[in-house]
Amino acid sequence: MASSPDLGQKDPYEYSSRKEDARFVRGKGTFVDDIALPGMLHGAILRSPLAHARVVSIDITAAAAHPMVEAVITGAMLAERGLAWMPTLSADVQAVLATDKVRFQGQEVAFVVARDRYSARDALELINVDYEPLPVVIDATRALDADAPIIRDDLAPRSDNKIFDWAAGDKAATDAVFERAEVVVAQDLLYPRSHPAPLETCGAVADMDQVTGKLTIRMTSQAPHAHRTLFAMITGLPEHKIRVVSPDIGGGFGNKAPIYPGYLCAIAGSIITGKPVKWVEDRSENLMSTSFARDYHMRGEIAATRDGEILGLRASVLADHGAFNGAAQPTKYPAGFFHIFTGSYNLRAAYCEVTGVYTNKAPGGVAYSCSFRITEAVYLVERMVDLLARELEMDPAALRMKNLLRPEQFPYTCPTGLEYDSGDYPRALQVAMDIAGYAKLREEQAAKRERGEYMGIGVSFFTEGVGAGPKHQMDIIGFGMADGADLRIHPTGKAVLAVSCQTQGQGHETTFAQIVAAELGLSPDDVEVVHGDTDRTPFGLGTYGSRSTAVSGAAAVVAARKVRQRAKLVAAAMMEASPDDLEWTEGAWRMKGDADQARGIAEIAMAAHSSLDLGADIDGHLDAMTVYNPPNLTFPFGAYICVTDVDPGTGEVIVRRFIAVDDCGVRVNPMIVEGQVHRGLADGVGMALMQIIAFDANGNCLAGSFMDYLLPTAVECPSPELGATVTPSPHHPIGAKGIGESATVGSPAAVVNSVIDALAPFGVRHADMPLTPAAVWCAIQQAPH
Amino acid sequence: MQITVNVNGTEHARVIEPRLLLIHFIRDELGLTGSHWGCDTSNCGACVVWLDETPVKSCTVLAAMADGRNVMTVEGLGSDRGLDVVQQAFARCHGLQCGFCTPGMMLTARWLLDHHPDPSDAEIREALSGQICRCTGYENIVRSVRWAAEQQAVNNHGQQP
Repeated sequence: MASSPDLGQKDPYEYSSRKEDARFVRGKGTFVDDIALPGMLHGAILRSPLAHARVVSIDITAAAAHPMVEAVITGAMLAERGLAWMPTLSADVQAVLATDKVRFQGQEVAFVVARDRYSARDALELINVDYEPLPVVIDATRALDADAPIIRDDLAPRSDNKIFDWAAGDKAATDAVFERAEVVVAQDLLYPRSHPAPLETCGAVADMDQVTGKLTIRMTSQAPHAHRTLFAMITGLPEHKIRVVSPDIGGGFGNKAPIYPGYLCAIAGSIITGKPVKWVEDRSENLMSTSFARDYHMRGEIAATRDGEILGLRASVLADHGAFNGAAQPTKYPAGFFHIFTGSYNLRAAYCEVTGVYTNKAPGGVAYSCSFRITEAVYLVERMVDLLARELEMDPAALRMKNLLRPEQFPYTCPTGLEYDSGDYPRALQVAMDIAGYAKLREEQAAKRERGEYMGIGVSFFTEGVGAGPKHQMDIIGFGMADGADLRIHPTGKAVLAVSCQTQGQGHETTFAQIVAAELGLSPDDVEVVHGDTDRTPFGLGTYGSRSTAVSGAAAVVAARKVRQRAKLVAAAMMEASPDDLEWTEGAWRMKGDADQARGIAEIAMAAHSSLDLGADIDGHLDAMTVYNPPNLTFPFGAYICVTDVDPGTGEVIVRRFIAVDDCGVRVNPMIVEGQVHRGLADGVGMALMQIIAFDANGNCLAGSFMDYLLPTAVECPSPELGATVTPSPHHPIGAKGIGESATVGSPAAVVNSVIDALAPFGVRHADMPLTPAAVWCAIQQAPH
Repeated sequence: MQITVNVNGTEHARVIEPRLLLIHFIRDELGLTGSHWGCDTSNCGACVVWLDETPVKSCTVLAAMADGRNVMTVEGLGSDRGLDVVQQAFARCHGLQCGFCTPGMMLTARWLLDHHPDPSDAEIREALSGQICRCTGYENIVRSVRWAAEQQAVNNHGQQP
């Protein structure tokens, strides 16, 4: 059972501006491209212009002769060192530099190392590659056709483009529910290919010290420890001779969870030249070659009674994973946690099946601000519920309220086997409806429709599962999903917390300092958080899938409580009392019955290092470390309402209001939590209305720059109206749940539901994202888009 | 070619390639890494600096075009006496998360407040619409600029006799 933190009279987590901000507002952050080492060289990657082709020959003569070039590296040269292929996070392999074929446009073919940034680019144009074009597979629905070209002939004897079949739930029971149901609604839904596009692209500075044999890689990494181990396995270098440093990270959102060929090229370049090598991709490289997200072709079916009781859900999914299966998700779950597609509703039965296929597109997919495919799952169920509401002529909020899980049902095991830890769903939806003034909005909508104005009200409700493991159920290529914390208390009572996760802007230096401070009766100013350096932090799987507060935050609490227990023994020695006579209250160990006799952590720490006889049970320090293996995921949830205005003449959608009520359990830093929600709502606007990584029939990427891959700006994003409920997680030591991705998961469905609601008078039932003006206009005209 | 550029009040003379971009001149030649590079296509605004009195996207300005002119970067915001009110505002109002877009956002915000000391939220959003932030959803950036405007009004009022 979780024990709440000692909140006392004032909130111990209260803190104003973040510790990180002092350097960032002065332009004093250190991002990878800011690093300049003496003698550092610059690398650039030659990429394939074709989506599928045999590499006949590569002529590097002219490039190697460029006066500023120090090395030109090809796949053949890497193959001699056993470095031509690398493992992906899904235990597939991916070419570092192509040796046989290129399998997507933008694939890495050669690497130039030169004395400056511009010369490296110049030399790329001197490399002559002879390609023999091959037929392409771009449409995932054709990937399994009998005559489809085989993309991964390197995996022979495999002879098709299938990666996996996976299913969850009880098929027979679900089929039975559907057979007897009064109402069944079905819909094909595409969750289009998207890209996290952090503002900082991926990059690395690899520095192989020829004297010590130590390789230091400063890189854009959300998971420095996992990456270090992978580099050791790939290169054969001893792991203790590899140091991964992830400095300030300019946003990640899943994009920086995998390893990429560029990192290994920089490493190979440094090994070959004996000098530090920097590689930083440009924006086109980032969008065209690093891990995409989504790309789920889904068919949803929902069964219900005529009076609106939801009975069952079925989903059939074709998952486009691109040319190499680089999906970042636990091994046992090739479709991530898609099986949470039963959502937030009290269902009798559910069944989903997912087939993954290779196509000639960039590899992936990563969880773009979402815990392993939950965004796709939430979109499916929330669209299906809205379609059901339309079919039944019920209000979509009322239909949800009728079917939401009730608080007394928790902990709740959903039909596909996930155990939701805690929730009060009807309350969250009610709070959202109250903030929105839901009934008034419906009145306004009706009045506007009379005048020929098209306003939409979209509701979505989501349940997310974040903070993976436990490690016996969840691993990524064999690494159990757990995270370490190492807490040191200096003699003067100042603390240093080292954690295995890595912030990309979420404010870990602030939040984790607050967690430790609250546990030990310190000021957050007295707690330094160290992260992003494998030489200074304990092993753990890093930051993605909203894991940080849910897992590393818990690790920090457990370590702090170990410190507290050690401090108790020291305090007893100081007070010449039995430890049993002491109790921890108001940030100090106090004599039971005489609260004035107290020792705080600072004086206890000094005593621990003093000449005081501590007895045999404790050595002279308070430090503690732990590895937190979460007993379950935490399940944050929320209710979102989006109000849009649609211009039927142009198809333009304006998001007028966005109401978001999130429940992520106990909020350590409400300001930071709200900032995370703001970000995710912008993602909802972007994905629903603008963002898509599209391809032409030849496999040319049509979204290779920010001119084509549209991201929302301050003008498209509304000013959000936030609300909160707090339902603590029963198994997290301070009752917290992850929040980093909730709004990205929950908001796209709210926007789409809102636009489709606005278009209801035109008879529009559904349109796929992104709902660009052209897509909306075509939907109104009942024309194919 | 040789150019001389005044950056944050200091003259810098360098021999450069004519094709060198201003962002790379600032970052690689002068080592002022507060200005960032994010897209190459003038869409993201991570590279915004002031060229004379105007914010520009320095990824699409040649360093040669800055010859004989004044550049201000984030390192030139504020003074010996402390942070500019815009910098204070971003820290106070959680107007940043990863910090990558922040220098460009602050330089545009500074220009806005110099020309429109009391902008509406819509004017703030319009002014920042050529720049991308992937972390904040812009809400707290808008709040930051609004707070800076209010604070600046208080400060200016306080200085009057």
